[in-house]
Amino acid sequence: MTQAEQLSSDAVLEISDLKKSFGDLTVLKNINLTVSKGESVVLLGKSGTGKSVILQCIIGLQLPTEGTVKVFNTEFINLPEKERNHIRRRIGFLFQSGALYDSMTVRENLEFPIIRQPDYKKEDLTSKVEEQLKNVGLLNAIDKMPSELSGGMKKRVGLARTLMLNPEIILYDEPTTGLDPVTSNEISHLIIEMQKKFGVTSVIVTHDMPCAKLVADRIVVLKDGMLTAQGTYEELEKSEDEFVRGFFEFE
Amino acid sequence: MTESAKNPSLISAVLKLPKSLEDFFLLISGISGFALKSFKEMFKPPYDISETLRQFYQIGNKSFALIAVTGFIIGLTLTLQSIPTLHKFGAASLVPSMVALAVILEIGPVITSLIFAGKIGSGIGAELGSMKVTEQIDAMEVSGCNPFKYLVVTRVIASTLMLPLLVVLADAIALVGGFIAFSITESGSFEAFLINSLTNIDMRDIIPATIKTFLFGFSIGVVGCYEGYNASRGTVSVGIAANTAVVISSLLVILIDMMMVQITSVLF
Repeated sequence: MTQAEQLSSDAVLEISDLKKSFGDLTVLKNINLTVSKGESVVLLGKSGTGKSVILQCIIGLQLPTEGTVKVFNTEFINLPEKERNHIRRRIGFLFQSGALYDSMTVRENLEFPIIRQPDYKKEDLTSKVEEQLKNVGLLNAIDKMPSELSGGMKKRVGLARTLMLNPEIILYDEPTTGLDPVTSNEISHLIIEMQKKFGVTSVIVTHDMPCAKLVADRIVVLKDGMLTAQGTYEELEKSEDEFVRGFFEFE
Repeated sequence: MTESAKNPSLISAVLKLPKSLEDFFLLISGISGFALKSFKEMFKPPYDISETLRQFYQIGNKSFALIAVTGFIIGLTLTLQSIPTLHKFGAASLVPSMVALAVILEIGPVITSLIFAGKIGSGIGAELGSMKVTEQIDAMEVSGCNPFKYLVVTRVIASTLMLPLLVVLADAIALVGGFIAFSITESGSFEAFLINSLTNIDMRDIIPATIKTFLFGFSIGVVGCYEGYNASRGTVSVGIAANTAVVISSLLVILIDMMMVQITSVLF
């Protein structure tokens, strides 16, 4: 399939010839990826192959060494700050650690991105915070500090904070890493629920194959900084490539 | 953006500098750029007034007691050590004036700033460093907020404005300490001591001494934020950020003091 064929009219994310180096180390060599609206794409690969770096390039936390990253058909990282932040608000990012602000309560964590928006309305704030905490099943933790929460709870609060800005795309960086199988399963179902409820596009970096099986419309496999295979879970499970099949031999 | 502005390979290729010298110039350019950005962003809306006031309170509240005690001891010891020497020359009556000049022009601003660098500079470095390594700064950035304005500008403003107030406080308490030491061997009221202290001090002394405290506060705030904001990944870097913030900002206080003395001796 050519790049042009791959680009669909409803693509919300287009990565073209992306290369990323840190000093002499080239992490991403030539990444081409298009994600359509509402699609759920899982990035799979061994540790250190640059999966998280792809997410950071998408959100603009890292600048590509070469190539382009377009979100909503815009190379937004080159825009002035105001326009750049406007696009960023349409993209959610769930950090591996949750990245909750540890000096603020759960409520303040959720309020933080909202009260710094130009169109923020004070009267809607409490109801919006409570609504998002209800969505992740943690309304009772509203006045707790992040240090009082478990790893799974932190990730759920992180997801609630991400949802506060009603993002159209959510980038998940290893959402189930470090969690027990039951909590991992809960988080995976939460991701599916968010997709169904809000119709968000998801890009998920994970090593957790049960999670990938549950959430992925398409799985993209990275090897040595390049995309080596992509397809549905069932397609890749039967891959003739031993490296790709290795990920599916967990059961 | 977390993309590092540092490009050692390019600099070393062009200038052929040894590694340590290259790091030194990178540090100077990094801090200068950061200071310039902080200064520019101070005047750009939106202004986070509530967070600035919170930082103002935090910084003042954290350092108030330490600086008050230090100011008192400085005034006390300086007077105790000066009295015997000035007695030898029959100039004991000049003690209040000498102590006040020394405290207001030099010892008060510099010692207070060095303590402020140790207490507040290290605190800012550690706090922002910790936020950096736990991806909290990245989280602010991806939510479309400006972490530089929220974290750096508020702390730099608070540090710049709070240090001069703390210096005034330290100076005043040092004079009280000086009076207590003076009254052990000499007679006279506090009012007389104060009048005698301030007789030889005019605005040409006070203005330069005040201006430099704003510069000390600005540099301590900027260096603390720079070190924390640029902490590399890993918990070790939090300690390094705190430590380096103290070392660099203390050095800057001494350097700025030296330059300001030269400049003000020409201007005033």
